[in-house]
Amino acid sequence: MKRRAVDTVIGVILTAIMLFPLYWMINVSLTQPDRLRHDPPDLFPLNPTFAGYERVLSDQLPYLLTSLVVGLGTVVLTLVLAAPAAFALAKLRPRGRTALNFVLLIAQMIPSIIMAMGFYLIFYNWGILNTIPGMILADSTLAVPFGVLIFTAFMGGIPDELMSAAKIDGAGTWRTFRSIVLPVSRNSIVTVSLFAFLWAWSDFIFASTINRGGDWQPITIGIYRYIGNNTQDWNAIMATAVVASIPTAILLVVAQRYVAAGVTAGAVKD
Amino acid sequence: MSATRLESRVSAADRRKGAAPESGVAPATGASRRRQRVRAQLAAWAFLAPVVVYLLVFYAYPLLRNLDLSFRDYTLRSFIDGSAPWVWFENYVEVVRSSTFWPAVLNTAVFTFGSILVQFTLGLALAVFFFRRFPLATTLRALFLVPWLLPLLVSASVWAWMLNSESGVVNAAIEAVGGHQINWLTSPQWSLVSVLIANIWIGIPFNLVILYSGLQNISGDLYEAAALDGANAWQIFWRITFPLLRPVSAITLLLGLVYTLKVFDIIWIMTRGGPGDSSTTLAIWSYRLGFGGESPQLSPAAAVGNILIVVAFVFGIIYIRAQRRAERS
Repeated sequence: MKRRAVDTVIGVILTAIMLFPLYWMINVSLTQPDRLRHDPPDLFPLNPTFAGYERVLSDQLPYLLTSLVVGLGTVVLTLVLAAPAAFALAKLRPRGRTALNFVLLIAQMIPSIIMAMGFYLIFYNWGILNTIPGMILADSTLAVPFGVLIFTAFMGGIPDELMSAAKIDGAGTWRTFRSIVLPVSRNSIVTVSLFAFLWAWSDFIFASTINRGGDWQPITIGIYRYIGNNTQDWNAIMATAVVASIPTAILLVVAQRYVAAGVTAGAVKD
Repeated sequence: MSATRLESRVSAADRRKGAAPESGVAPATGASRRRQRVRAQLAAWAFLAPVVVYLLVFYAYPLLRNLDLSFRDYTLRSFIDGSAPWVWFENYVEVVRSSTFWPAVLNTAVFTFGSILVQFTLGLALAVFFFRRFPLATTLRALFLVPWLLPLLVSASVWAWMLNSESGVVNAAIEAVGGHQINWLTSPQWSLVSVLIANIWIGIPFNLVILYSGLQNISGDLYEAAALDGANAWQIFWRITFPLLRPVSAITLLLGLVYTLKVFDIIWIMTRGGPGDSSTTLAIWSYRLGFGGESPQLSPAAAVGNILIVVAFVFGIIYIRAQRRAERS
């Protein structure tokens, strides 16, 4: 009993150390601008200001909106592409599935900078540089292979009896997929959607290459601009960072167990 | 779910189907059974078709364009009139001869191996610690995930400010215990260390989660037996946990390697690869050539990118083989 209490104390201390940068982000976002350069820095926002957050509201709303649209678009595209493919891989035994699985694993390892350069030229030719559809297409490449692998792992666990029963009742393959496999796969749909959204929301490399000069740029570019333009104004930068972290917080509160499942399933498919 | 287990389950279902009389259907002839099989294959590929097309258009095609780009001399004019002379390996030669090449290779190696080694060690220690199942362990473990889920740009900005020379909290702490101010981001000898620290912080959760799941797969009986034999915690770790965790460890390390090679955001936000080339990795160099300056040098950038991709693929294939081996055992 005593050992467990000591463990908890150690655990809390370790977590506090690990999360200190987050505390610091919030602390700085509330610090008065004229105290930012104070030495030593204020450890607590004793005299908090919300000026940074007001700046976010006045400057960053279009960026936040763009990120939201791009994130949701990426989720939809990822689900539409990944779920049917995973169903086929897990249950329909297509020839060549081993090769396809291999390609999906390899695809996740391609550094984004290389994809970004290819996209830059291709999107230039197609005329979709600096557009939201272009961003959605590029960002979806972060999530589609992962989505197929997660869905395949999950759908492989659906009992075949369930599918045979549907077949006997006269359901075709599409009907079986839509009415049986998809509803049963709800948890994996949540997992894939969460990751697809988060990755699209966090993307900086595609945004800064294929959307360098668009009217609608995501929040990562919003923060980057702040850093580039006014290095003095860290209180507004940190306030934007706090706001940009909200999806992460929601994700952890709402779907913590799916997150851990997703990380593990992506790496060690057991 | 392992592929092999999946396979055996599928074939077991087939046998069952074969043994049971097809309910209500007349015994199928050989020809109609073949037709059925063809139909089933067609249906399966119909479901796969969108993803296959997608992979061709949005993976294979960009990679090919990139490869093509690296063998041409692509300039601003090429955007206008579409001309770009084929120059064979000129870009690669130029890149390898550049004064940035060897520093970038060395920095990539130090950054990658430094990151995964420390991440793995700390992640393993934390996984073993959290496996002791004390009150609040699950909640605290979940909180540890936060750095990994945060947008990289957010983490990088926070670290950049924390490591700021004059106003950063890290230097304030160092000075409080009597040390001297360190120019973390602006001195050549510290810039790589700075981005390493930030990247390690981001990577710990990933290692923790995967290694924790590996611990869960080790049978509790072994620990009990060892405890009965009077083994202490240290012996139990080195004689049981560590050897049995080897397959999962290999996967964690290799996956970490492949992911770390790709890291771009952190370094670009914190140091832009500088000062000089002191924290320039291959990924950073490629971006800087292509998009970092006023005049884009897309062809050399593509050449650097393709060198990086070869390295990533080599480790990627080692990873896939390690994973197959782990699944078989």
